[in-house]
Amino acid sequence: MKRLSRYRRHRAAGPFLLVVALLAIGTTFNVASATVAQSPNSFARTSAIEEGRQIFLKGCSSCHGLNAEGGAIAPSLIGVGAASVDFQVGTGRMPMADMSTQAMRKAPVYNAEETAALAAYVASLAPGPAIPTDAVLNYERDGSTAEGGELFRNNCAMCHNFAGQGGALTQGKYAPTLMGVEPKYIYEALITGPQSMPVFSDKTITPAEKLSLIKWIKSAENEPNLGGATMGRIGPVTEGLLAWVLGIGLLIGIAVWLTTKAR
Amino acid sequence: MTTAEKRLGNAANFVDERIGAAGWVKKSLNKVFPDHWSFMLGEVCMYSFVILLLSGTFLTLWFDPSQRDVIYEGVYEPLKGIKMSAAYASTLDISFEVRGGLLMRQIHHWAANIFMAAIVAHLLRVFFTGAFRKPREFNWILGILLLTLGFVEGLFGYSLPDDLLSGTGLRITSAIIQAIPLVGTYISFFLFGGAFPGVGFLPRIFTLHVLLIPGAFLAVITIHVMLVWYQKHTQFPGPGRTEKNVVGHPILPVYMAKAGGFFFIVFGVIAFLSAVASINPIWLYGPYTPGQISAGSQPDWYMGWLDGLVRMAPPWETHAFGHTVSWNILIPALIVPGILFTGMAFYPFIESWITGDKREHHLLDRPRNVPNRTALGVMSITFVIVALINGGNDILATNFHLSINQIMWFSRIGIFVLPPLAFVITKRLCLSLQRADRDLVLHGLETGRLVRMPSGEFVEIHEPISPQKRFVLTSHEQAPALELSATDARGVKRPGAIKNKVRARLSKAHAVGLPKVTSEDLKEIEHH
Repeated sequence: MKRLSRYRRHRAAGPFLLVVALLAIGTTFNVASATVAQSPNSFARTSAIEEGRQIFLKGCSSCHGLNAEGGAIAPSLIGVGAASVDFQVGTGRMPMADMSTQAMRKAPVYNAEETAALAAYVASLAPGPAIPTDAVLNYERDGSTAEGGELFRNNCAMCHNFAGQGGALTQGKYAPTLMGVEPKYIYEALITGPQSMPVFSDKTITPAEKLSLIKWIKSAENEPNLGGATMGRIGPVTEGLLAWVLGIGLLIGIAVWLTTKAR
Repeated sequence: MTTAEKRLGNAANFVDERIGAAGWVKKSLNKVFPDHWSFMLGEVCMYSFVILLLSGTFLTLWFDPSQRDVIYEGVYEPLKGIKMSAAYASTLDISFEVRGGLLMRQIHHWAANIFMAAIVAHLLRVFFTGAFRKPREFNWILGILLLTLGFVEGLFGYSLPDDLLSGTGLRITSAIIQAIPLVGTYISFFLFGGAFPGVGFLPRIFTLHVLLIPGAFLAVITIHVMLVWYQKHTQFPGPGRTEKNVVGHPILPVYMAKAGGFFFIVFGVIAFLSAVASINPIWLYGPYTPGQISAGSQPDWYMGWLDGLVRMAPPWETHAFGHTVSWNILIPALIVPGILFTGMAFYPFIESWITGDKREHHLLDRPRNVPNRTALGVMSITFVIVALINGGNDILATNFHLSINQIMWFSRIGIFVLPPLAFVITKRLCLSLQRADRDLVLHGLETGRLVRMPSGEFVEIHEPISPQKRFVLTSHEQAPALELSATDARGVKRPGAIKNKVRARLSKAHAVGLPKVTSEDLKEIEHH
């Protein structure tokens, strides 16, 4: 006690106490807020939305507007739903690398948690299509390959090519390849219609049919190359190239060899 | 004489007494063929045709050319239970259930692609070396006929499996037929047996594809080869080779052994391609229904340039007296190819009219020595390649991240600009090559050996080229341009003055070339 009273009127006592007090408040707040984040239910959703809003303000608002209302170069995100955000951010299309014709698939900038937070924030603005759950996406059980193929040729092949390899659209835009795309993202693309793609609502293609589509795309992806090297599954262009380069090339080479030996 | 020889002799005598062709065979077996790799391109065509006949016959044993609907119940899971035509279902069966069927299908299709490519390569060889000149004009026209038959036969073969790609091709075919003014719609109705896709077209083109056109092919190929046989093969210039002889190997044994062996090599290359590379995987395309189409639908390469011309055509249409004239299809798909093929068929006569050369030619030209013709050839190739690029515009756009519209505009402008540019560049290149030949004859080969003279001067030693080579470089003739004055000897204006003027202009352009080295030039250089 003696020591304490001795320093009671020390010059540094005031500032020291201030630092201790600040530390105490800070620690208390930290512990308190951590407890809040760990607790589930509506409280958690609110905080995810808040976290998503923070990420949105930092990473997205410069184009999509401070309240996601859209701007001259980017559309409004009010009502696009969680599925849209999950597709665009999860496949790395958003944030865009550059303002060229079309956002392309790349390594995602945000991790799964951040993407979920962003999705929660955008979904909180207005109702929209939700992210399909794993239970919904059981295409192996609920889909039919043959039906999916028929649906694919009717609705998708005109842009994505007969084997889902992708194809050209106007002015440098394109329908990307579907090989290696996760079932969840295929489903989300169907219900949200990203970029040039139309929306295939549940009335146009029922959820069961969507699963058939996914099943067919996965079967095309895993199909062995029955006839030998496929050269990209893009039809006669590469076949013609091979006929000229390898076929005629080889035959001319042999003809030269045959006639040279004779001399 | 041994017993074996006696027995063989007796057998041969037995046959000859009844057929009497011994004299002809003896003469024919002594026939001589010149040796050059480019002379074997025609053989590639013939051998791949034989392979097409054999593999095609195999396919007909299982193929059902009917358009009746069936439900697929075969082994290919992704199409099970789908409604399709019997033609498509039987093609699936050939691919998956007939032993060796897929390999045979691939052999048939690769052989077709190589057949057409070899025809084009053969045609280019004949064109660039001037082998079409008198007396071989008819054979040139027969060759053009074979090429045209090949387009039709290839298109029909592409259409027969009735997959999504086949049907798309037929849709365009029907559009082209309908674009013929006045009668187009009627012809289309007759051919398809009603509105597209009809029910009768596949069985009809099947008969044409396996019977009529191969028959026509066989007949024309026979005449084509018989004419070569009768008129004898052309040869490149060289010492001892004249317009009156043929230098080379007799049919037996060397040429026969080589040609026979080459058949198996062609078969081998095609079988190799078919074993390692997939072609026309119809099970991926799915059955044809008019409501469906795939991105990147393409014809086989030999039709690709026509498709490219159609793709670059602006959307022009005229409506008059209740009729529609679709210039956007009529011009690129019928008028332009019509002009090209007619021009190509008559080119031998056009050239001889320009040069006024009515003599027989059995010695070939080196392409550089006829710059105008060579440039014309390269110009035509450039035209077709620009069209072909536009035919694959969607594939190029996706694979090289380009804009399909940019490719279209490149081709629209390029189709007019690039061929003339190619003409000018090729002509200059030919003249430069002539200059190089002239240098070689006059100064010999640069040896790279530097010698220091006693005076301190450095000179490079040039070695004179061999007399054989000098002969090859200087033996070609250089015909002067035609002198066609507008008036006759009495100063009276000739009829057809404009025609003569055009002819003189063309003749002048055709005769452009560096004067070849004469013996005076050589003597003069020896004095130095």
